[in-house]
Amino acid sequence: MLTNLINGISLGSVYAIIALGYTMVYGIAKMLNFAHGDVIMIGGYMAFCTTSYLGWPVVPSILFAVVVCTILGIVVEKLAYKPLRNATSLAVLITAIGVSYFLQNAALLIWTSNPKAFPNLVASIPSIELGGVRIANTAIVTVIANLIIMVALTLFTNRTKMGKAMKAVSEDKGAAQLMGINVDRTISLTFAIGSGLAAIAGVLLCSAYPTLMPTTGAMPGIKAFTAAVFGGIGSIPGAMLGGILLGIIEIFAKAYVSTQLSDAIVFAVLIIVLIVKPTGLLGKKVSEKV
Amino acid sequence: MSRLLNVEDLHVYYGSIHAIKGISFDVQEGEIVTLIGANGAGKSTTLNTVSGLLKPRSGSVEFAGENLANIPAHKMVGKGMALCPEGRRIFLQLTVRENLEMGAYTRKPSEINDSIEAIYEQFPRLKERYKQIAGTLSGGEQQMLAMGRALMSKPKLLMLDEPSMGLAPILVDQIFEIIQQLNQAGTTILLVEQNAQMALSIADRAYVLETGRIVTSGTGKELLHDDAVRKAYLGD
Repeated sequence: MLTNLINGISLGSVYAIIALGYTMVYGIAKMLNFAHGDVIMIGGYMAFCTTSYLGWPVVPSILFAVVVCTILGIVVEKLAYKPLRNATSLAVLITAIGVSYFLQNAALLIWTSNPKAFPNLVASIPSIELGGVRIANTAIVTVIANLIIMVALTLFTNRTKMGKAMKAVSEDKGAAQLMGINVDRTISLTFAIGSGLAAIAGVLLCSAYPTLMPTTGAMPGIKAFTAAVFGGIGSIPGAMLGGILLGIIEIFAKAYVSTQLSDAIVFAVLIIVLIVKPTGLLGKKVSEKV
Repeated sequence: MSRLLNVEDLHVYYGSIHAIKGISFDVQEGEIVTLIGANGAGKSTTLNTVSGLLKPRSGSVEFAGENLANIPAHKMVGKGMALCPEGRRIFLQLTVRENLEMGAYTRKPSEINDSIEAIYEQFPRLKERYKQIAGTLSGGEQQMLAMGRALMSKPKLLMLDEPSMGLAPILVDQIFEIIQQLNQAGTTILLVEQNAQMALSIADRAYVLETGRIVTSGTGKELLHDDAVRKAYLGD
């Protein structure tokens, strides 16, 4: 029971970190970046290549993955999404799906479809026993990383000038421009942060579930997207809450109901929440003005 | 007096709709100039184009002698113009103080505190509520915040789009008094209003817009006593 709870929180923390990327991009650019999950996969491969092929130590290799994904996020936004800034949301959505397939197939060409055994990058940290319950080192690292990211992001958006500008852009792009805020650059920054976080999520995910394939990011990406909607898309605390709850539900469903049905249960819970509260758990009420 | 803003033969389209059909007007330094006209005449479109939010199909906008054709909207505030947009458009999720800080986004952080104090002096209600989330303010307070936010950039030209909209008469008087004070303190004002009576009574000059064209212009007094204007806009 307790072990399951811990596993759930750990898995949920990974979802939460990924969900942050979805929710921040949605909040600012009002688009669903379906390629976000595949950025996780790229982050995983970067960490894998640098440690397994080049023998880099853990910290530089994670940093490298973060840098590559950050740049990837910025480039994808510039090339694929920025030209569609005034297009219909459907066009942007289709483009995002296209980018997702593009990244998956690029990975397929480079690394083939053979799964790679991902090394446990946090092996140097001991697992602990607490009252007869073993807490895996990956769980400890994941939860701590999640907390740090949550606190840092909250401080960033509430205390810094750039962060407040992001809030302003998410609320009203036109008014933000009148203030002198460069909206394009703010959107770019959001993609950078989201993609950097995706890299971290990729490393954590692959450390806990150590098979790496070009499709590794797809399912966690969709689940994290679900988590973001579950918690209330556009809301940073909502992404956290949604992610963790989703992780717990998934693990409990696997443990007590059925491994095969667990995903169905997760999505069923999402549907129920959305019927009861369409804006998600912590979603803000949106009043459309004309 | 020198010419601060000069708009020449401006054409603006929304898709295929020709919203502004070749208007020309100017604002001299130190003036209050008002654009009046019915709903849909193109008043807000004009202000949004001058501030760079909309791009004109043709024509020119010159500010302080500089052609603004290829300047993106977020650079305009640095040139010395600020728009207090229609419907206020304050940041509802930020606090009152944070809204004011956003208004000074392009200025050095060290200069901001003094400006905020000056705004609080002008609008004491904002000081009382500085920590409050802007979405919880009343309509009048939101308008004051929107004006305060626009003033935070210390603009040479302050453009106000329907500042009296939706406000109680007593607040309308107050807002117009503040506009006059700002003008006396040296800020040039370009005012768009549906409340033509009030606007004309404080304006040095006025232009009347009708379906995207300027049909009449003159001093505020002249138009206030112009029969056609009285009939169309002042309810006579």
